[in-house]
Amino acid sequence: MDSTLPEIRIHQPQTEPAPEPEPAVTAAAAPEQSAIRRYLLARGNSAVADRLFKVLMLLCALSIFVIVALIAYQLIDKSQLIWAQSGLKFFYTAVKDPVTGQPQYWDPVNGNFSAIPFVYGTLVSSFLALLFAVPLAIGVAVFLTEMCPGFLRGPLAFLTELLAAIPSIIYGLWAVFVLVPLLRVHVNPVLYRGLGWTGLFTDDNPTGLGYFASGIILAIMILPIISSLTREVMSAVPHSQREAVLALGATRWEMVRMGVLRNARIGIVGAIILGLGRALGETMAVTMVIGNTPEVHKSLLANGASMASVIANEFAEATSDLHRSALVEIGLALFVVTIIVNAIAQLLVWAVTRGTPSQAH
Amino acid sequence: MSTSALQLRSRFRAVTDHTVTVLAILATILVIVPLAVIFAELVYKGASSLDWNFFTKVPAPEGESGGGMANAIMGSAVLLGLASVIGVPIGIGSGVYLAEFGRGTKLANAVRFTADVLNGVPSIVMGLTAYALIVAPHIGFLPFLGHYSAFSGGVALGIMMIPTVCRSTEEMLLMVPHAVREAALGLGVPNWRSVLSITVKTASPGIITGCMLAFARVAGETAPLLFTALGNQFLSTSLNQPIAALPLQIYNYANSPYEDQQRMAWAGALVLIVLIVLAVSLVRYVTSRGVLKGNS
Repeated sequence: MDSTLPEIRIHQPQTEPAPEPEPAVTAAAAPEQSAIRRYLLARGNSAVADRLFKVLMLLCALSIFVIVALIAYQLIDKSQLIWAQSGLKFFYTAVKDPVTGQPQYWDPVNGNFSAIPFVYGTLVSSFLALLFAVPLAIGVAVFLTEMCPGFLRGPLAFLTELLAAIPSIIYGLWAVFVLVPLLRVHVNPVLYRGLGWTGLFTDDNPTGLGYFASGIILAIMILPIISSLTREVMSAVPHSQREAVLALGATRWEMVRMGVLRNARIGIVGAIILGLGRALGETMAVTMVIGNTPEVHKSLLANGASMASVIANEFAEATSDLHRSALVEIGLALFVVTIIVNAIAQLLVWAVTRGTPSQAH
Repeated sequence: MSTSALQLRSRFRAVTDHTVTVLAILATILVIVPLAVIFAELVYKGASSLDWNFFTKVPAPEGESGGGMANAIMGSAVLLGLASVIGVPIGIGSGVYLAEFGRGTKLANAVRFTADVLNGVPSIVMGLTAYALIVAPHIGFLPFLGHYSAFSGGVALGIMMIPTVCRSTEEMLLMVPHAVREAALGLGVPNWRSVLSITVKTASPGIITGCMLAFARVAGETAPLLFTALGNQFLSTSLNQPIAALPLQIYNYANSPYEDQQRMAWAGALVLIVLIVLAVSLVRYVTSRGVLKGNS
């Protein structure tokens, strides 16, 4: 510090002929400590305040860990009852009715609980959602990053962003009053007639609700998430990659396929998994259209229930502690699965957007 | 022979290229259409039942016409106020830590990662946690515990705001140039003062819009309120009582057989979406304009 200061003093008079306060400071600095130092000392030491401030901010940051730990602890603690009763079997076995031989998945009155229909419903509706959403989302991302004329890019990106911000309850409201009647009248009969032979579509559900309806509404909801992340990942691919492929005489699609999608594929997989995470945990819209019957059906047009929907429906009116505990256990499973899914997705997206894309393959 | 094969091949490539272009355009249209349809439906059905009564009256008894959603609007205001009191300071604090103190450290990366993961945790799980934390336990001398209350709903929403506020604050602070910090420190301003009144202040338009975005997001959340705030047919501002909320009321009315209540649901949804569109547009405006232009 001391060795560099005189140099500055030598240079300054050359550029500025007469700086009035400067010489005064330097003159006073000579006998004892520098004036700045004395001034700072007179104002009081800020080291304590600085340290306090830093610790305060650190506490805020650490609170995020505390929240996650708190969620985990509370969910584990409150699901003790059902865990003690059936353990992991809760997720893969069900009590059979002695008379009919039908499995009794969810029977709060007799205290029989099994998560099978909910896990099934969540998986089926999320899978359907991905089936519809992924090709569309990638199409949108390709269009927006590679083909779109400049004046459309901003507004379209904004619109997809807006689509992501619409609350799930509004999607649900729209689905109940617009989508479900549409499916009931126009789409489901066609599916049954055309694809009924697969056994995946039956006409025994006149409501229009069910796995298929929730798959569609989930697809609409996760589409903007997947497409905006895919867009982000694709724009992280350096332009030199595109130029190199184009220079070899490729068409635009070949450029996209070889230059962009191939480099960005890890990030795109991450985006899809992130969308899956959203679909798994989505509550309100699904609750409103899935039909809420704790049964397992092969038909996609049948009523079902998902993990989140059963919690939303029954928790406030749960009849017993065991019932409540079973619902919390489902919540715990949801929490663990979404944490894992999100963590994987996050790592994959980060791998592309911050690392070098050319190392991706 | 080989030239014609080559021509065929290049024709094929051109056709593929065009097909893919058309498919991409179709996909984009298919995505924009639901948005347009939802908006049209909302405005068409919602606007017709939006009137002064909607904002000033409590719901009429079931089956009767008239009434409004004043209780739900008031309830949402109380819940969101409490959520902001919890979520905004902690969120900004952790964002400041990430951008100013922990840059590049392992701890900061872990915090950032956890915040992103927490952002993806389903909101219904937050509701369960708030229930287990506040609604379930009975401890005599502590207020708010042991029953459904506005307090528990506000806590659930506040926790959900933290990761969003944290990440957007960090992003905005990172956009502030280093020279600004160095100038402040060079003048002998203590670090905490420089962070609060120089860096954070410079980035404040961005931070405020980030908070608004988080606010708009939790404003539409229903799942965490189902068994915390519970809903209330009457006007209430007490933190200790169950309280109504706009999304909760929409959910209840959507399943209602009465035409009047269904109309109320659409009107409520319109109010909600206007709030959210405003917030998202504002964020877009501020981030595209750059954080700094307004202040320096």
